[in-house]
Amino acid sequence: MLEIGLSHYLTVGAILFTLGIFGIFMNRKNVIIILMSVELMLLAVNINFVAFSAHLQDLVGQIFAMFVLTVAAAEAAIGLAILVVYFRNRGSIAVEDINMMKG
Amino acid sequence: MIIQALVFYLFAAVVVASGVMVISARNPVHSVLFLILAFFNSAGLFVLIGAEFLAMILVVVYVGAVAVLFLFVVMMLDINFSELREGFLQYLPIGALVGLILAAELILIFGTWAVAPEAGQALAAPALPPDQLTNTHAIGQIIYTDYIYLFQAAGLVLLIAMIGAIVLTLRHRPGVRRQKIADQVSRRREDVVEVRDITSGSGV
Repeated sequence: MLEIGLSHYLTVGAILFTLGIFGIFMNRKNVIIILMSVELMLLAVNINFVAFSAHLQDLVGQIFAMFVLTVAAAEAAIGLAILVVYFRNRGSIAVEDINMMKG
Repeated sequence: MIIQALVFYLFAAVVVASGVMVISARNPVHSVLFLILAFFNSAGLFVLIGAEFLAMILVVVYVGAVAVLFLFVVMMLDINFSELREGFLQYLPIGALVGLILAAELILIFGTWAVAPEAGQALAAPALPPDQLTNTHAIGQIIYTDYIYLFQAAGLVLLIAMIGAIVLTLRHRPGVRRQKIADQVSRRREDVVEVRDITSGSGV
C-alpha cells in the first residue's frame, strides 16, 4: 500500500478518465462542461503515458504525452472558438440545437 | 518512502476530488477553477514520478493558457446556466452505470498489470538515471533529433488551430469607424481641396 507503483498511477488515470465520461453523460446540455470533461480525459491519458514512461524507463511516453498536450490545447482553442461563433448566431449553447449546424 | 506515498495519496485524492467537482459544480466558473486545481495536482503527480519537464509544461500550457481560455469564454457568454443543468438527474442512472462499469474494467485491468520481462530490451529511448542527465535535457536530446518531424508537425497543428480560431471569431461589424492607413496615404490634394475665387464682401 505504501509502495507506490505503476498500478497506483494507472488507477488514478482510470478514475479520471471515468469521471470525464461521466461528466459528458451528466452535462448533456452544457457544451463548456463537456469540453472540460474531454480535457479531464486527455489528462488521464497523459497520466497513463507518463506512468508507463517512468515505469519502463523509456522517454518516448513523455514525448507522446507532450504531443497529446499540444493537440488538447489546439482542440480547446478551436472548440471554444466554434462555441463563441455559435453563441453569437444562436444566443444559446444548448447541445440539442447544435444539429442546426449541419449543411 | 512513506513521505512519497503520502504525497502521492494527497495529490491523487485532490485530483480525483476536483475532477468530481468539475463535472458537478453548479457554476461553470467554479468548474474551471477546479479544473485548474486538478491540473496543478496532476503536475505534482508528474513531478513525483520524475517527469519534471512535462509537469512544468502542464502548468504553463493548461493553467496558463487553456484554463484561462475556458474562464474567458465562460465569463464572456451571457448564458443562463441553471437552464442547462436540467436533465442532470435524468441522465444520472445511465451515466453512473456506464461510469461504474468502465471504472471497474479499467481498474481490474490496471490493478493486475504486469510488464513482460523482455520489454526492457525493446525500449525506443531508454532514459538514463537522473543523476547523469536531467529529465528536460534527456527530452530535449531526443525530441530535436529522433522526433523532429513530429515536433514540427505539432507546431503546424498549433499554427492551424491559431489561424482557425482567428478566422472563426473575427467579424467585421458594419458602422465601426476604423483608421484606414491606405486611404489616408492615397488621399490627393486635388480630390479634397477646392480653391474658389470669392469676391470679397459677398459671402460664400
